[in-house]
Amino acid sequence: MGLRRRSFLKLLGVTGITLAIGESSHAASKTTESDEEFHGVLYDSTRCVGCRTCEYECAAAHKLPEPIDKVAAVRKTDETCNTVVNTFQTDKGEVFIKRQCMHCNEPACAAACLTKAMHKTKSGPVTWDGDKCMGCRYCMVSCPFDSPKFEYHSANPKIQKCDMCAERMKTEKSPACVFNCPNDALKYGKRRDLIKEARRRIYEKPDLYIDHIYGEHEAGGTGWLYLSPVPFEQLGMNTAIQQSSYPELTKGFLYSVPSVFVLVPTLLLGIHQATKNNHLNQEEENEN
Amino acid sequence: MKTNAETLTITERQSTWRFLLSEMKPRGKFLTPFNIISIPIILLGVVLIVIRFMKGIGSITNLTQDTPWGLWIGFDVVTGVAFAGGAYVITFMVYILNLKNFHSIVRVTVLNGFLAYVFYAGALLLDLGRPWHVINPVIGNSFGTSSVLFLVAWHFLLYMVAELIEFSPAIAEWLGARRARKILSGMTLAAVIFGITLSTLHQSGLGALFLMAKGKIHPLWYSEFIPIMFFVSSTFAGLSMVIFEGSISHKVFSGQISEKNHQAQKGIINKLSKICAGAMFAYFFLQLLVFIHEQHWGLLNTGMGYWYLLEMLGFVLVPMILFIISYRTFNTTLTRVAAIMTMIGVILNRLNVTVIGFKWEMAIRYVPSWMEFTVTLAVIFTEIWIFRWVITRMPVLRDSPSWVKENE
Repeated sequence: MGLRRRSFLKLLGVTGITLAIGESSHAASKTTESDEEFHGVLYDSTRCVGCRTCEYECAAAHKLPEPIDKVAAVRKTDETCNTVVNTFQTDKGEVFIKRQCMHCNEPACAAACLTKAMHKTKSGPVTWDGDKCMGCRYCMVSCPFDSPKFEYHSANPKIQKCDMCAERMKTEKSPACVFNCPNDALKYGKRRDLIKEARRRIYEKPDLYIDHIYGEHEAGGTGWLYLSPVPFEQLGMNTAIQQSSYPELTKGFLYSVPSVFVLVPTLLLGIHQATKNNHLNQEEENEN
Repeated sequence: MKTNAETLTITERQSTWRFLLSEMKPRGKFLTPFNIISIPIILLGVVLIVIRFMKGIGSITNLTQDTPWGLWIGFDVVTGVAFAGGAYVITFMVYILNLKNFHSIVRVTVLNGFLAYVFYAGALLLDLGRPWHVINPVIGNSFGTSSVLFLVAWHFLLYMVAELIEFSPAIAEWLGARRARKILSGMTLAAVIFGITLSTLHQSGLGALFLMAKGKIHPLWYSEFIPIMFFVSSTFAGLSMVIFEGSISHKVFSGQISEKNHQAQKGIINKLSKICAGAMFAYFFLQLLVFIHEQHWGLLNTGMGYWYLLEMLGFVLVPMILFIISYRTFNTTLTRVAAIMTMIGVILNRLNVTVIGFKWEMAIRYVPSWMEFTVTLAVIFTEIWIFRWVITRMPVLRDSPSWVKENE
């Protein structure tokens, strides 16, 4: 059976189409090509006094309802508040810990988003764009810190989470929580400088801090970095988080897509050609 | 045969519009048990959907910030698409392997698959918070190409087109469009090849969606091999659905099916049970390998461990053995039992990955509300209505009109 012009063209067409479409679903690699450095925030829980000023200022800056006075010791952020300060009783006394979106270097939410509504900006904040989001909540499924929150009781629901005051940063020098912190527990700056600063503090006061900067390696590195006097699991932080980026987990699958699109159709066409005359043989056998 | 040809020549004289209008009218008895059950549920479902779009998803679902995906994604989309896998397996056997014995069930399987995608992937729209932006990943300038969901969404869309093309000759025969039928049936092979490739990727893609939820899914169900598991299990999930649906169709629409195809059905079911058993063996073996490789022995003696054993032994291993026995003994009833058990197993597996095993340690677990169940049922019933409408009008189960053979 020779390769006839017709079947050759067919093969060519099928391969061409699949190549073209395979290209469109090709996985984009998650490298950050900008020369601008990510900015982040260093949170030092030994300096935090649990005044919750950051909660009030955050709510005001994002036009969210004002936090209530009396609250439980341990809370989670939700669609009405982007940050909470929790209180834990530890062997080193009362320790406070501020929670909000971690602004990962390689955010799972942004890799998950099929409309690029979740986006890691060049300067560091992970932001949400309501004009693109279709509300599928895949970002919530993917985020290892469960940061994105969804407005379930709205006909026009938004995703709420800390955006590191991306809008405000156009005019101001630091996010609302950092700017208004009365006890200098929060420090805004380039991530690299913040890590240096954190190391310096641990080095200078090794008795005060545990030797761990939460966020340096967690989830492949996050924009928010934490210092603590006690191990982080005592503060309700997830320490089972993997030390490499989460988008990495789907990379293998996405990279296999173009090759599947080239190999499978070709294979199928080949099998089809090879078995083409099977049923004819069967019929002949039946007739005989 | 003759009556078919006669009605067609008459319809050709009528305007197409009047023909379509007359086809819209319901046929057969109206007050059947199925209608009496399905109509109120569909109407209630419509009311609930209106409430959902006015007051938000939280008004009728029990979804929380911790469990953003519930029954509608876990069952309607993820499980529904697995059951629609029969279409790519059967078209693979008939058009690629040229096993013409299965030709009589191609159309009904493709129709079933097509409707499943339209309705269950369509049910996704109900679950989207901002569905008016659903067009963004298709036409917008915001291609999230690093997203598995982007790939799955595109594949759903393209696969629906491929299945529509595969089914289109039946529509052409129904309308009596001879030239169109010739052109459309010429496109079948390309559509089949394209469709199988898409299926390989999005059946596994549905599993790959959950790869980033590492740590949130119970370790007995999470592994880097979820995509492969989902793909392999979609083959026997789909075939079990073919067996199940075929058994019902052959009773309900028996008037449509020729004596020859009635006779062939038993042989087809028998061969399918063999294929199911083979695929399930591969799947069971893969699961076992992953289980041993991940060293989860300690997890077995927990509540979730028993649940895992029930799924793997009770609804994979047992139906696999039943398929083997039924194939050997030519026992069609046993095959049907095995198919139903397999389907339960697939539902269990998909729900375990997406809902039950998701955040399994939470104090307050997500349980779907009765309204979520009602909407799901309404979607399924509506699909069956459309399925029945097509079956009674187009040559799906019955033979093609006589002019088709003359043309060829």
